Amino acid sequence: MLKVRIGALLIILAGILLGLFVYYSEVHPEGRFGKWAFILGLDLKGGTHLVYEADTARVPSGDIESQMESLRQVIERRVNVFGVSEPLVQVEHAGILNGSRIERLIVELPGVTDIASAVAAIGETPTLEFKLLKIDADMAALQATSDTAQFMQNFEDTPLTGALLKKAVLEFDPNTQIPIVSLQFNDEGKKIFGDITKNNKGRYLGIFLDGALIELPVIRDEIPNGEAQISGGFTPETAKELVRNLNYGALPVPIELISTKTIGASLGEKAVNDTVKAGLIGFAVVSLFLILWYRLPGVIAVLALSIYSIIILTLFKLIPVTLTAAGLAAFILSIGMAVDANILIFERTKEELKKGKKLGEAMHEGFARAWPSIRDSNISSMLTAIILYWLGTSAVIKGFALVFFIGVAVSMFTAVTATRLFMYSLGFNLERRGGIIDFLFGSGFSK
Amino acid sequence: MTSYSVVVFPNKPVNNMQIVKNRKIFYTFSTILVVASIIVTGVFGLNYGIDFEGGSIMDVAYINERPDVELVKSSLTTNGFSGFSVRPSGDKDFIIRTPALTELDRQKLLVSLTAGGKWQVEQKEFNSIGPSLGSELKSKALVSIFAVLLVIILFIAFAFRKVSAPVSSWKYGSIAIACLLHNVILPVGAFALLGHYAGAEIDGLFVTALLVVLGFSVHDNIVVFDRVRENLRLNNEYNRKETFEETVGRSTSQTLTRSINTSLSALLSLFALYFFGSESTKWFSLALIIGIAAGTYSSIFIGSPLLVTVDRWQANSSNK
Repeated sequence: MLKVRIGALLIILAGILLGLFVYYSEVHPEGRFGKWAFILGLDLKGGTHLVYEADTARVPSGDIESQMESLRQVIERRVNVFGVSEPLVQVEHAGILNGSRIERLIVELPGVTDIASAVAAIGETPTLEFKLLKIDADMAALQATSDTAQFMQNFEDTPLTGALLKKAVLEFDPNTQIPIVSLQFNDEGKKIFGDITKNNKGRYLGIFLDGALIELPVIRDEIPNGEAQISGGFTPETAKELVRNLNYGALPVPIELISTKTIGASLGEKAVNDTVKAGLIGFAVVSLFLILWYRLPGVIAVLALSIYSIIILTLFKLIPVTLTAAGLAAFILSIGMAVDANILIFERTKEELKKGKKLGEAMHEGFARAWPSIRDSNISSMLTAIILYWLGTSAVIKGFALVFFIGVAVSMFTAVTATRLFMYSLGFNLERRGGIIDFLFGSGFSK
Repeated sequence: MTSYSVVVFPNKPVNNMQIVKNRKIFYTFSTILVVASIIVTGVFGLNYGIDFEGGSIMDVAYINERPDVELVKSSLTTNGFSGFSVRPSGDKDFIIRTPALTELDRQKLLVSLTAGGKWQVEQKEFNSIGPSLGSELKSKALVSIFAVLLVIILFIAFAFRKVSAPVSSWKYGSIAIACLLHNVILPVGAFALLGHYAGAEIDGLFVTALLVVLGFSVHDNIVVFDRVRENLRLNNEYNRKETFEETVGRSTSQTLTRSINTSLSALLSLFALYFFGSESTKWFSLALIIGIAAGTYSSIFIGSPLLVTVDRWQANSSNK
């Protein structure tokens, strides 16, 4: 008996401590526990979620992973330049189901609702390309045409691109003070640049920025040191921007924006408030129902349910789980479902009491016989959650699945173990039957 | 002090048997609902969300008075947009759905919504999904539904592997699947109807709701079947003579309160979510409410009676 009571007391004490932890880490963000504040998803705090698809068709399959990683780093640098707090940039491998491999880049910008400038900062990549003017190109016709496709037909691609840059530096021509951009290629680029200049002396090498020709110098001699200069009529500002973009920006893999999601901050705040309200009302209604229907065990179930909620909230903070509207919905739903085990146990206990068994025996039977059902049904829920998480199509659904799984697992503990400890520590005479026991442990409309 | 006396309900066999006895009524009722759902789905089709079909959706609030829908529509048409829908939401908002927009198109859409600066708008939410991503999400959703169904069949067959007489364990599994189909078809039908009249969409969250309904309603089936399993074992142990029909009837009524109370508490929290929760989880909670209600109903009024029906079929075919 003493052992049971100490166990029950420990659970309650742990519940209170965890409850205080949850409370203080939210209310005092500056305090010691402030770093454990809830992490809210974009749909709750507002922001922009962008999905890019990377075109890896021209990347050898062995290099895809490393190329995606360097793509991620480039984008991350750019996002940081943009000045967002806690941005998230991650690579996602998709298309496992149909065999073809699709590489995506997910960019989350909390607090940013101006999609236009966000997309501009990330997506408007300066693609720097070097193309040779074809030998038979007619310069006069070239200048006359306004058709881009026709214009581009006069150039042939070279393997030299901005991806092979080591760095770009802003300089000024010592004589004219005109801004120029000095390019320094990496080893591979140095070699390619050297070959091109060696083999094509006298030809024009077009320098294209974002697909537009910005300069068309003549190759006079081989350039073996991998250095080049562009002086395409820049103002100091445009040259500076180009240098920054080239340094931070030459993307190893071309990307295309395929999905955008933006949520205003006010909408997110309203979603949080509404969901918290729904959660409290849901908890209150379920508690009221439990107490009215199950009387004393109902009170205990509500206690177990409170501890359940506190444990879940603590896990949200410690794991940490990024909370979304769907995740919170899963939590609220799990409050309603966590009591399933309690209901099974109480119904069974009551049934055994009705058969005239002693309280102790009835409680024992209640727990023992309800257990197979509780176990089987919770396993099926957890399997569902795992499949949902595994095949989940979005962060929203994965968030739901994760919370759902944690909820079911924790509820098995609180509804069975904690409830059992509480029930036994109440100190009823387990040998008794009938009388007040039947009232307290009875339920529904029976007296 | 008042002394309490217990009312011990006598085991009323008539009560126990009512559900199993009247099973034809319940079968008919459910068949009507299922057929109606299929017809409604066939007639109205499903209103897929942009995450399954690709497209863009924009929620804009008009800061002053919200203009007439037709005015907004004509402003969009004159600006070259087509294939869009405009739906009022709340007091000040419109929700505009279009084929997938590029960033430039989005800005153009926003300008068009102001009718050249005449009305002031605020973009509250924008979501755009390319068509290829959409079809990938759709196939993933289908795969996950089948994966859940498969796992549930295997799990029930495993959990009930020791039950063989008089109905074999895989039949429990099949009956559970029949119930699960019922529980999934009803919300789909309801959403075909709601999609047509109220703009409800079949999206990732709806599929999630269906999967949760699958997981939740199989609880109900498992609990009833588990009781049948236990009663069969006890009958065997105590050498109690009871027809299978009686055993099933008794098991159903023994678990009735539990089934109703469990879904009641889940439904209570879902109603709280539906009425007070975030706008983004409204349809989601409604899908769950319909599915869970259907699940509780089918486990009590369809699942266990079907055990008896299947048992009868077996008896008939072996007598021939």
